[in-house]
Amino acid sequence: MRITMDLELKDIPGQLVKALEPISDAGGNIVSVVHHHEQRTNRGTIPLQVIFDMEDGLGPLKEKLESRDIKVVRFNQVRLLEHKTVVLVGHIIHSDIRDTIEQIDSTGYAEVVDLAMSMPGISLKSSARIGINATGKGDMKNAVRLLRNIAREKDLLLIEPIETEELP
Amino acid sequence: MKVAIIGFGSVGKGVLKVLSERTDRTFKVVAVTDSKGAVINENGLDLALVLKQKNNDDLKRANKTSMDVVKGLDYDILVEVTPTDAKTGEPGLSYITEALKRGKHVVTSNKGPVALKYKELCGLANKSNALFLFEATVGGAMPMFNLMRMPLAGNKITSIKGIFNGTCNYILTRMASEGLPYDMVLSEAKELGIAEADPTYDVEGIDTALKLVILANAVFGMDVSLDDVDRVGISSVSLEALKLAGEADMVIKLIGEVYPNGEERVLKVSPRLVPKSHPLAVQGTLNAALIQTKLAGDIFVIGKGAGSIETASAILSDMLYIASQK
Repeated sequence: MRITMDLELKDIPGQLVKALEPISDAGGNIVSVVHHHEQRTNRGTIPLQVIFDMEDGLGPLKEKLESRDIKVVRFNQVRLLEHKTVVLVGHIIHSDIRDTIEQIDSTGYAEVVDLAMSMPGISLKSSARIGINATGKGDMKNAVRLLRNIAREKDLLLIEPIETEELP
Repeated sequence: MKVAIIGFGSVGKGVLKVLSERTDRTFKVVAVTDSKGAVINENGLDLALVLKQKNNDDLKRANKTSMDVVKGLDYDILVEVTPTDAKTGEPGLSYITEALKRGKHVVTSNKGPVALKYKELCGLANKSNALFLFEATVGGAMPMFNLMRMPLAGNKITSIKGIFNGTCNYILTRMASEGLPYDMVLSEAKELGIAEADPTYDVEGIDTALKLVILANAVFGMDVSLDDVDRVGISSVSLEALKLAGEADMVIKLIGEVYPNGEERVLKVSPRLVPKSHPLAVQGTLNAALIQTKLAGDIFVIGKGAGSIETASAILSDMLYIASQK
């Protein structure tokens, strides 16, 4: 999950390293660090905003930071940070779309957040566009793998997006 | 250099036309053959005249077969442009094999032999110190192998994906832009000559799969065949699916991809969602490829994937490469 953390550092040398070290030691992947030097608080501290990805261990990390005399002002975590859209073609209703969605939702790491359907006629194949959120890249991979199995079992055509993350 | 051209269909005619318009004397065509016989002149054929006779159906053929020419005539480069047979690779496979055994350079646009017997043919070429080139087999006029051989030399290629079949791309583009169902657009494509009477080879992704096999073997040394390709065509892509994709700012394209990553190896042809703003979202009969490299990053190539003159362009570039290596 992606965590945004607002910290306050004392205005003495070596504080930035002291704040970031525990995050990377805890397995956090730091995405962004903004050091608000010009926005000194009336307590004389300097605000620091860190954004990082980390699976678990947020509680111990917070304690560790506080033991180092770094104030954790607030933090928020976004649980679902990966989004993907896929399209299904086939007898989607007859093959129980509710079950398809439930199988994904019940994983605990992925959920269907968007569904658009088009049904041209009762005996004709229908099409659906499904938006999925997942807690991380690995989880999204697993969710897509699950969807592939469901599509194979229910004889549906699954149209996946191409990987685009290598592009700017 | 003396050139023998085997195959006088659309591609063969294109090669002859392109060569007839060149003013330099790098190449001298000594023979052109088709299934009915051969036109031979060891001092060089008058290409414009041969083309005219072929078009008027009064070609003066000698009583020799294509194989007689391949095995017996004196030439430096064999240009093999007979039609593709995905199962046997014949008759092209035999022509190429015999020419390479004689130590002759071979340039081909024929996917069958390259997809089926890449390793063997390269072995033969190495043994007899000849060049075996096939730029025209993948992406028509788009430079692929030549691009990777020279301009991208020194780069490790990590993956290739793209649109390698103009017929499928035309059908999907028309369905999306005109809101027409698959069957109707397919009939239209047949009338326009964009799709074959039996479109299976294109729409079921076999043509794209053959090109992937060639890329996998020639670029990544994977030693795979058509059966190793995970393949889904476009015949079950519904108009509604395209509309739903369009509402989310995406198009559906038949994408071939090869990614030689050990256990996680990908060798796959499938309809895929492509963001409208992505460079692979090309329209009409165009082909497009994304080559991912270690140093240069992502390289995109977009161009005409078929056509007589376009394919001849790829063949000519192979011939000129051979001439430059003398």
